[in-house]
Amino acid sequence: MKTHHNPSNQTETNQSTTTNKPSLMTKLKGSQKRQKYIFVYTCLLLPILFYLGIRILPTLFTFNVGFRDWNLLSSDAAPFVGMDNYVALFQDEVFIRSIFNTILYIALGVTGQLMFGIIVALLLHKINRFVGLFRVIYFIPYVTSIVAISWVFQWILMGNGIINDLFVKIGIPPQPFLNSPDQAIYVIIAAMIWQSIGFQMVLFLAGLENIPEMLYEAADIDGATPWQKFWRVTVPLLNPTIVFSAVIGTINFIQISFTQVVNMSVDGSGGPLNSTLSIVVYIYQLAFRQFDMGLASAATVILFLFILGLTLFQMKVLTKKFDY
Amino acid sequence: MNRKWYLAFLGGMLLVFLLAACSGNSDNSESETDPSDVGEDTENTEQSNDDEDQITLEYWQYSFDSKVDLMDELIEEFEAENPGIKVEQTNFPYDQYNEQVAAQVPAGRGPDVINLFYGWVPTYVDAGYLQPLPQDAFPHDQIEDEFFPLVEATKMDGEYWTIPTAVRTLALFYNKDLFEEAGLDPNSPPETWDELQDYAVELTKSNNGRLEQSGMAWEPAQQGHHWLRDGLTLQAGGQVLGDDRKDVVWGDDPAGLEAFKYWLSFPTELETSEQGFYTDDVTAFVTEKAAMNVDGSFRVGTLQSDAPDLNYAIAPLPGKDDQSTNASFWTNGITSRVEGEKLEAATEFLNFLTSEDVMERWLDATGELPAKEAVAMQDKFVDDDIYGPFIESLPFANAHFFVDETRERDLVIDAANRVLQEGADPEEAFNELVESTQELYDEYWSSK
Repeated sequence: MKTHHNPSNQTETNQSTTTNKPSLMTKLKGSQKRQKYIFVYTCLLLPILFYLGIRILPTLFTFNVGFRDWNLLSSDAAPFVGMDNYVALFQDEVFIRSIFNTILYIALGVTGQLMFGIIVALLLHKINRFVGLFRVIYFIPYVTSIVAISWVFQWILMGNGIINDLFVKIGIPPQPFLNSPDQAIYVIIAAMIWQSIGFQMVLFLAGLENIPEMLYEAADIDGATPWQKFWRVTVPLLNPTIVFSAVIGTINFIQISFTQVVNMSVDGSGGPLNSTLSIVVYIYQLAFRQFDMGLASAATVILFLFILGLTLFQMKVLTKKFDY
Repeated sequence: MNRKWYLAFLGGMLLVFLLAACSGNSDNSESETDPSDVGEDTENTEQSNDDEDQITLEYWQYSFDSKVDLMDELIEEFEAENPGIKVEQTNFPYDQYNEQVAAQVPAGRGPDVINLFYGWVPTYVDAGYLQPLPQDAFPHDQIEDEFFPLVEATKMDGEYWTIPTAVRTLALFYNKDLFEEAGLDPNSPPETWDELQDYAVELTKSNNGRLEQSGMAWEPAQQGHHWLRDGLTLQAGGQVLGDDRKDVVWGDDPAGLEAFKYWLSFPTELETSEQGFYTDDVTAFVTEKAAMNVDGSFRVGTLQSDAPDLNYAIAPLPGKDDQSTNASFWTNGITSRVEGEKLEAATEFLNFLTSEDVMERWLDATGELPAKEAVAMQDKFVDDDIYGPFIESLPFANAHFFVDETRERDLVIDAANRVLQEGADPEEAFNELVESTQELYDEYWSSK
């Protein structure tokens, strides 16, 4: 800040010395306009300083740690080990499994979330009565604690839970759900989708409101079927919302897959047999169970590149220009 | 104008609160138990360090109400006996403990005396976080003479790194009401492997192939893996680790596989148990959905507070050729940066924590068993209905030396799931378990 304002201060002082000796107060105060800017910049700068200290610098530091053999409990210097951590990670079956699981979480979770979000939004867009009530009902899961939801799901889905009761009544053999390495991840994904429908619904409802009614009227005149109207009018015009939802949903999914997995998996750490382990959970285990910050940071860098790549990909592929 | 006054008033109140909070903190000689106060605590420590004749020890343990309260009392007494030494207690929730400890290291802060789970100690020793106990205050022959041999689990590189006040053992918890309902005598619990299987079958209720009441709670993620390692394997005459703690000899003797198969017989052929039954073994036992469970003395307090009406009893673990059970303990160590007068004070504090009097009070307050044989084996403790069976088990209790508790646990869970969920052959799953455990040990020792 100082450096920014110094030059202008100097010029002013130079000018004033030639004409009149200015009082100290005037020098400090400057013009009222400048004062206003100083105030605004100070206000803007404080959060940035905070953001720099808490988010940006540690993030950059992660890249450094990723190249070191860094044991969190040790106060000795951490030696530089080059790409060792990355090599170790890609030879680690569990890490590969966690990448694979994360891709599955995103692919199924985000698609499901978008699909159900659009469906619910379209349905709500069509009705006139009880709209508020339905919106609240669909939104409640989103604002409920993930931990609470996870535990309720655990109880619903356990061997003696209500779902298995229903299954047995209608003649389907009881299912292990969260205990099964084949089913657990899908159960968790379903719970996550269920929870985020409300959020997507709100986004899509806002998007739908912005589509001018006359486009549908024009389509009607041209004799378009509802299906055609959906694909030719609604989807293209919702495109910005879809891109936004997909990007936010992906990032969200990567983040919240932690809480869900930790609370829903049978052993609380991505089991059974690592079948529900996501990258974030594994990073946590590496960092705070095995205290290997080097490996954890390397995994974080990989996750960063992964999210970056995915976001760029989504922006490129999903964003299309439609001219009307 | 009104608004201005209002703001000024608010600001004033805030200032008063802040001042009150600050002065309250520095005046308060009692230990802080709120984890959010750590930052301030450490600052206080630094201040008092400047003070020549006052030594402040920072003591960390996990948040466990009865332990925290007792420690507060003990600290007060210790401070009265040792003027010039102040002890400050800081607590973290169990599941964040390692994180919190780890997070303080790069900041150059942290405890002087730390309470750790024994299974974590190798990791901490490896990282250079602890220093060996001073031998003049804790001579090895004295430790080996007075304490139960299980404390050797934290002896590494020829040094004792930590010393516990109390230990815990596993025993069989059983529900007397459910015993009676099944026509079993609630006063004669199972004593052998075969009896345990028979009882479990008797106590199981199923409907359409679905378990409604489990005869034997079975949860590898909880105490199940300890039961397998230190209980069943040793009972069958096997060993998990070689004497040098470098080789996993679990598979060398047929007893290892025998124990593994016996362990798995409950959820498989006997169909008395199910992983995740009513979410976990403790919940199932408390809600009377499981008739028996292998659990530790540390559970007694929970049962007393959460299920005061539960009519249960405790018996030593059923044995086979030998008797054996698992022991575990929270143990106190001195961190590596402590030296000089502070080290003397820390040693004095450890001496106090391992005194006979403290051990007796520890049992009363927390339900953890005295770590010294002479204290534990007193009649008043051995004959106790609740603690008796745990104390009886102490002489044959074993505390497995973990190089990495979490990962070793996960390997056992994975082996069980390979059989239960993927239908793998138990022998194959067991061999894989032995092999991957050996890899962990190789990794650990190769970095030595």
